[in-house]
Amino acid sequence: MVETLTPKPAPALVDPDQQFGQRASRQPIAGWGNFPVEECEVYRPDALNDLQEVVARAPEPDLIPRGLGRSYGDAALNRDRGVILSHRFDRMLAFDAASGVLHCEAAVSLAEVIETFVPRGFFFPVTPGTKFISIGGAIAADVHGKNHHSNGSMGEFVLDLRLLTASGEIVSCSRENNAELFWATIGGMGLTGFVIDARIRLLPVDTAYMSVQNERAANIDALLELFFESDGQYSYEVAWIDCLSRGASLGRSVMMRANHASLHELPPESRGAPTAFKEGLKTTIPFTFPNFALNSWSMKLFNEFFHAIHPNASKVVPCDNYFYILDRIHHWNRVYGKRGVVQYQFVLPRESSRAALVEILERLSEANRGSFLAVLKTLGPSSGGMLSFPTKGYTLALDLPHTGRDLVDELQAIDEIVLRAGGRVYLAKDACMRPEVFGEMYPHLERFKAVKANVDPEQRYASSQARRLGIVDAS
Amino acid sequence: MSGTEGVLLVGATSGMGRALARRLAAEGHALLLAGRDVDALSAIATDIEVRFETRVEARPFEALAFESHAGFFEDCVEHFAGNLHGLVMCHGQMPEQADAERDFALARRMIEVNYLSQVSLLNLAALHFEARQAGFIAVLTSVAGDRGRQSNYLYGSTKAGLSTVLSGLRVRLAKRDVAVVDVRPGFVDTQLTWGRPGLFLVASPETVAGDVLRGIRRGRAVVYTPFFWRGIMMIIRAIPDFVFRRLSL
Ligand SMILES: Cc1cc2nc3c(=O)[nH]c(=O)nc-3n(C[C@H](O)[C@H](O)[C@H](O)COP(=O)(O)OP(=O)(O)OC[C@H]3O[C@@H](n4cnc5c(N)ncnc54)[C@H](O)[C@@H]3O)c2cc1C
Ligand SMILES: NC(=O)c1ccc[n+]([C@@H]2O[C@H](COP(=O)([O-])OP(=O)(O)OC[C@H]3O[C@@H](n4cnc5c(N)ncnc54)[C@H](OP(=O)(O)O)[C@@H]3O)[C@@H](O)[C@H]2O)c1
Repeated sequence: MVETLTPKPAPALVDPDQQFGQRASRQPIAGWGNFPVEECEVYRPDALNDLQEVVARAPEPDLIPRGLGRSYGDAALNRDRGVILSHRFDRMLAFDAASGVLHCEAAVSLAEVIETFVPRGFFFPVTPGTKFISIGGAIAADVHGKNHHSNGSMGEFVLDLRLLTASGEIVSCSRENNAELFWATIGGMGLTGFVIDARIRLLPVDTAYMSVQNERAANIDALLELFFESDGQYSYEVAWIDCLSRGASLGRSVMMRANHASLHELPPESRGAPTAFKEGLKTTIPFTFPNFALNSWSMKLFNEFFHAIHPNASKVVPCDNYFYILDRIHHWNRVYGKRGVVQYQFVLPRESSRAALVEILERLSEANRGSFLAVLKTLGPSSGGMLSFPTKGYTLALDLPHTGRDLVDELQAIDEIVLRAGGRVYLAKDACMRPEVFGEMYPHLERFKAVKANVDPEQRYASSQARRLGIVDAS
Repeated sequence: MSGTEGVLLVGATSGMGRALARRLAAEGHALLLAGRDVDALSAIATDIEVRFETRVEARPFEALAFESHAGFFEDCVEHFAGNLHGLVMCHGQMPEQADAERDFALARRMIEVNYLSQVSLLNLAALHFEARQAGFIAVLTSVAGDRGRQSNYLYGSTKAGLSTVLSGLRVRLAKRDVAVVDVRPGFVDTQLTWGRPGLFLVASPETVAGDVLRGIRRGRAVVYTPFFWRGIMMIIRAIPDFVFRRLSL
């Protein structure tokens, strides 16, 4: 203790609030959909002890970790309360080239992992439609890629992780160690604590290229047939659906299937450096488009264009080009204007898929709710994460321009269809779901709440989404 | 700048230090990282080793322990076996001006870290580089040193003093082919500025790091980063005193 000689220190210096040494920045923030936008007290601790100080002493009633903000809705928001950015925990801590195990902190991005390790012959085993997500976000949403049917979700590849829990303790969890907490954290949307670092198994690859096969499907039945017949042949499968086509061509689409290319598939000029990483060209959407820019006409045009440039063909392309088409346009979400976009993604069990898919696509096309990007993928069995999204079946992801209350109503109606068909909605995309529906979609919710009650009885970790969905108390 | 030349980075845990460490490693330098928080330093060092497959080491350094500086510097020179080619310093503190006005202990500590400790290290480094007859010294000062503003003059004065030291040292070492670069950042998005009001045109630490490396490569005397701060500060310096008094800068 240092005694100060000042006879009467000015109040600001002894104010207990002043002694909490971490500054928050009050900012309006949003997920990738720009809806909703919420004012939050945002912390960005630089070191572990700063982080611990925030969790222990920040004046806000609760806090939520946030990575690169690529979830669409309110999962990484906390209205008028605390948000902790993971950004400064961005270090790679070890890599073992023999086993392909990478130990890294939560804010390391997929982009960095790919850039660093593709040249050494390793790829990220689970990759979403964007590489600008953090490892922490990938774990918290138990993300899946176009290869879920063959490889599973993020949780499969996490050997162990370290969690800063509400009590301030750093708990190491794995399948063997604190297993309940581990499976609550995989897919747990940041509600069990702050993931500090993790050890992840990367996927060995021979080249930095993908061997891609594109095939058009005239309608939904032709598409489901394609998925059915290709079972097992391709590691990666994704179909882009034109949501504006109707009637006999409802579900018109382009199926893109791929495998990591082997050395002999490469064009001769690339064989000398088979794992050299080539980044796709980049452009930026420099400003937010006016709300009217995106209408059913411009979307129809886009969908026609997309279809036209993807004839049936096979080719070998750099991995960046196959996986991250959207990343090549920085800030592409700005085309949706100030009102933002709602991503909606659900999974349906195979048996009930066709009927429910048709019902949903018809509803949307009747309401003239085009989606620039409607993406259909197959999912394999669940990982064991208590709130994880993937379950066996088909998953459809839609980008819907936010038009207001009517869109929310529409999506809540679709929630019911999904629920009746035995499916569920993805929390990393969700911004509108109601708690009753959510509770029925996620059968392990009570188990999750039990873990939460144990590790975080005071609900120090909470988000706007968790309050909306009743995962934590709504007060 | 060629391959295996060693660089000592003091204040490597700072926002800009971390960005600089990666940039320097990417350009092929061998690095020694110095600072107080040894755990943080070793995480930064390991990160660079994993990403760039190079060797990086950490050394404890306390700016306020002046008597330790000579030993510390000698150890760093030895570490590179005579190949210490560059020194980059980015440690610094910026308490609230109002607090520093009231609490002399706080002001004093800032002056010791931002000014005195750097003079101490620069004295040692000058001898080393003088003998080596090659290399560079780059120090992060600030645009705040260009003119005393009521909101920040105590901090600004430490940077102005430091800039003056660098200006003289530059002349002294020019004869020996050693570049002395005075880097003056504007607002940069680090822990130092996070959550403070009144910021504008905030740059990323990566932008600054890029500018620092370019400044070193070209042997610039004074680098404003981002570049437009040169113009802004020219205007601010040109404002006549009777007007400046009325501004709430
Ligand atoms: C264009 C695009 C395509 C996408 N495609 C897919 C896809 O194909 N498959 C898929 O699964 N997802 C997809 N997503 C969603 C995205 O992968 C997930 O939302 C992911 O969680 C985003 O990571 P982030 O770092 O941006 O996390 P954020 O959005 O910042 O946070 C997401 C959640 O993770 C939690 N979290 C973040 N960091 C930590 C931490 N350190 N500790 C604890 N919790 C933490 C947050 O609290 C929040 O609940 C896509 C998103 C976009 C924008
Ligand atoms: N950020 C800006 O807007 C801005 C603008 C102009 C100039 N600058 C200057 O640029 C430099 C870097 O700034 P920054 O924003 O990157 O800093 P920062 O993130 O706040 O980090 C400050 C650094 O100073 C070190 N330090 C403080 N006291 C020390 C001591 N007694 N002994 C040893 N190290 C000590 C810290 O080490 P620990 O990790 O041990 O605490 C830390 O590495 C500073 O000189 C700053 O004044 C900053």
